[in-house]
Amino acid sequence: MKVVVDYDLCESNAICMGIEPTVFEVRDDDFLYILDEHPDESKRANIEEAVRRCPKQAISIIEE
Amino acid sequence: MAAAGALRRHGFDGRLSIIGDEPHRPYDRPPLIKQFLAGEWDADRLALPGADAPDLDADWRLGVAATGFDAATRTVRLADGEELTSDGVVLTCGATPRSLPGTQGLAGIHTIRTLDDATALRDEVTRTTGPVVVVGAGFVGAEVAATCRTLGRDVVLVEPLAVPLARVLGLEIGAVFADLHRDHGVDLRLGTGVERVAGDGNGRVARVQLADGTAIDSATVVVGIGVRPSTDWLAGSGLTIDDGIVCDASCTAAPGVVAAGDVARWPNQVFDDDVGRIEHWDHAFAQAEHAAESLLAGDAAEPFATVPWFWSDQYDRKIQLAGRVRPDDDVVVVDGSLAERRFVALYGRAGRLVGVLGMNRPRHVVQLRPRIAERITLDEALALFA
Repeated sequence: MKVVVDYDLCESNAICMGIEPTVFEVRDDDFLYILDEHPDESKRANIEEAVRRCPKQAISIIEE
Repeated sequence: MAAAGALRRHGFDGRLSIIGDEPHRPYDRPPLIKQFLAGEWDADRLALPGADAPDLDADWRLGVAATGFDAATRTVRLADGEELTSDGVVLTCGATPRSLPGTQGLAGIHTIRTLDDATALRDEVTRTTGPVVVVGAGFVGAEVAATCRTLGRDVVLVEPLAVPLARVLGLEIGAVFADLHRDHGVDLRLGTGVERVAGDGNGRVARVQLADGTAIDSATVVVGIGVRPSTDWLAGSGLTIDDGIVCDASCTAAPGVVAAGDVARWPNQVFDDDVGRIEHWDHAFAQAEHAAESLLAGDAAEPFATVPWFWSDQYDRKIQLAGRVRPDDDVVVVDGSLAERRFVALYGRAGRLVGVLGMNRPRHVVQLRPRIAERITLDEALALFA
């Protein structure tokens, strides 16, 4: 899977970082960075939770 | 909708009915008083993607209010006379805005909860002139005021307390918001309430009389003075109602009946003696998912213990708060400053960290959120910023 963030929607609420900090990181500049665009399948449940819980619905998963 | 999605994810493959009194598919409420009111987004953009997931396989009953409930048989009575009996019920009926006494039936008086409410206000603020009076400087009132200023409308914000958001954030942080709104041209009337609202003789609001003796001529008044849980329809249901549906720690209200969101009152074990309702967007989703799990687990249901989190956008400032804070908590600014309106503030009570607030500083709020659940002390939290 590939994790994609729509940066036009993202408001750096950082909820995703709270759920899976190895993939999502909001840095001191207040922007969200994807640390791992192709995370291991073991993180799928957390990433799906981040997709559901994003206040801006800015995260999606693309199956490859 | 969140509960329905969780039921399906956990393997529930039976019949699933979703009842809602609004005619619309589930939509996102936070943008109603921001992007939608500002005219930047249309209603289509508010749709929540989960509602159309094909694996939800739900029987939608939209535009039909639930008018009665019997907890013993788990029977929901609908406004059209139909009765639905089921093995399990998730009650997520939300809350209703409080109205200003003596304003019923007067045109130009708005409360904002639904898409229809927001559409009515948007139509008005985009086609009329003159000041908009916002009554109540809680989060709804403060955001409406900010959006109306952004649209170029004159705004008078009336709040009985000394500063905006005082009831939640306390006086020191509330003062930051007072300055923020003043700097954007809002006419703040603090420490006074509405004495009387006068009509124009044709059924429309014309003047708002304040308790301090002043009056504002206005044809548009937005009332943001809180909500009450929507439980009138549950009278005689057999459930315990006391400022919401009273639930146990697992969000269970009766056998086979769970509740979540604004309407659910439950003991949150993260905080001592904290029994209450939480009116946040993130909380509604999280609790609904947990309540669905409790419903499937039955007697093995686990407590829903959570550190609540919410955000608010006003002008170019975004605040986020994790925790359960009270106006009399100790507040320590640990990063940035109130003056630059970019800071992190810790809330402590009896030596324990109970909340983290960030203004244009999102990272620390999310990082400290789990530490609040771990019951770290305020001193331990301060040491992280030393």
